Amino acid sequence: MGRSDKGIDADGLVRRFKDVEAVAGIDLTVAPGEIYGFLGPNGAGKSTTVHMLTTLLPPTAGRATVAGFDVARQGPQVRASIGAALQEAALDPFLTGREHLRLQSSLHGITGATRRALIVRLLDRVGLTHAGDRKVRTYSGGMKRRLDLALALIHDPSILFLDEPTTGLDPQSRTALWNEVGRLAHEEGVTVFLTTQYLEEADVLADRVGIIDHGRIVAEGTPAQLKAEIGKPTVEVVPERPDDLERLRGLLRRFGIETAARPGAFAVQLDGHGDLPAVIRALDTDDVRAAEINLHQPTLDDVFLAKTGHTLEGAEAE
Amino acid sequence: MRLQVWLIAQRSLVRTFRQPGVWIPPLTFPLMLMAVNSNGLRAATHLPGFPTDSFLAFFLPFSFMQGALFASGIAGVDLARDIDTGFLNRLALTPVRGGALLLGQIGGAVGLGMLQAVIYLGVGLVAGVRIDAGVGGAFVILVLAVLIAAGWGTLGLWIALRTGSSEGVQSQFPLLFFATFISSMNLPRNLIEVSWFRDLATINPVKCCTCPSAPAWIPLTLVTKVSASADVESSAASANSGLIITLA
Repeated sequence: MGRSDKGIDADGLVRRFKDVEAVAGIDLTVAPGEIYGFLGPNGAGKSTTVHMLTTLLPPTAGRATVAGFDVARQGPQVRASIGAALQEAALDPFLTGREHLRLQSSLHGITGATRRALIVRLLDRVGLTHAGDRKVRTYSGGMKRRLDLALALIHDPSILFLDEPTTGLDPQSRTALWNEVGRLAHEEGVTVFLTTQYLEEADVLADRVGIIDHGRIVAEGTPAQLKAEIGKPTVEVVPERPDDLERLRGLLRRFGIETAARPGAFAVQLDGHGDLPAVIRALDTDDVRAAEINLHQPTLDDVFLAKTGHTLEGAEAE
Repeated sequence: MRLQVWLIAQRSLVRTFRQPGVWIPPLTFPLMLMAVNSNGLRAATHLPGFPTDSFLAFFLPFSFMQGALFASGIAGVDLARDIDTGFLNRLALTPVRGGALLLGQIGGAVGLGMLQAVIYLGVGLVAGVRIDAGVGGAFVILVLAVLIAAGWGTLGLWIALRTGSSEGVQSQFPLLFFATFISSMNLPRNLIEVSWFRDLATINPVKCCTCPSAPAWIPLTLVTKVSASADVESSAASANSGLIITLA
């Protein structure tokens, strides 16, 4: 089907499960051709949001349109416009990759020579030509994820939902998937709604990021905008002599607030009372010799911390 | 819709027959029980009023029923696994209709039911069972076997949808298995002297599958349809020997 010129719009989307409010009123807009990263810890409401946007779960309140169709009232039109690779590759271990593609394409009404050519092309595109006739139970996690992506793309959707697509993948498979998702969005104009709990993934891949915590979006913008909002780099210093650590601590506290550092090092998040050269001059003046000085720009984790009061890892542990 | 059912059924058949552990025991266990009971209970044929002089001929329909019971487990467990793994969500995101999805899911159970019926019937014929109704009767038996497998398969799907887990489906199996034994599998109801057993056998849905007077309230539409369309037990009771299937 042709690319839709409409993306995703959600307005006050709510989902309750008995007493639990998994999604507590989400407003978001994703432009056509954009990669939107939905970042949050486990249990934040990411998957529930995806389930509502893909029509698998009716919203308790609020409304949303996907590709211009209402998710509550125009389910078949929404489903015809989207592809989805949901959390954990949902595959049948006893079917081959090619059989999965054949089933999925047939259910979408693609048959005959068109189907055969499409399957060959998709297997090639996700690097599974050699494994197409093997049962999925013999696939690695990365291969399953790639097949999952191929299945989501089989009917040429204009909007793609990827729910934690790289969870459990090795770095090589993760990079390959990022490249393919980036290509889909930037070369083919596919709108991508990507949930992730990996800061790096959102940072590298997403044009815009929405940070979700306890069912609410607490921050939204491009990764650069969000980090600029925090705007405070961190300076970490490793003293040459371990005995100088206490003196270093007193010195650095003049420049900012103490933050997490490696053992044997001290770090502060600069609060505007000086920059890196000022820190270096102070070290020189106080005769604290540094073995190592590192300047960290703010990360999305810093953004998450600033917006929610806890780190992404801390939220996982809650 | 028909194409969708066929596509889902095809997948169900393929996954069933690619797992020997899933289809071999349901195929062989009723055969073993048939062999044991038809020899061990042969003396029952001497009871006044026993419908045949061959216990195998009397017992053969039960093998279809038992095989179909196993099929209910296959259909239910398959659906529950699809719910667990999210495969059902994947299918739900295609244009497939909900009815086609569920009907197709019992494809594996129906395919196995058909295979079971052919084998059980073949074994019965080799062992001397005679179908008085001829080739047409044999055909009806096969159709019935498929319908019964579909009926039990539907029950499996219902349990899967209610419980949402394969463990939930499997935990119901002993109950269903028990139901097959509290039935007229070994004796016609009119020869069961223990009243509570006879009463249970009367209201037991398994009994109803081979009974012309199946109560309409039994929530197994396909099974009830089977009972309405054929009368295995009463036909067997009226035969001097062998197995007869007559359409009601």
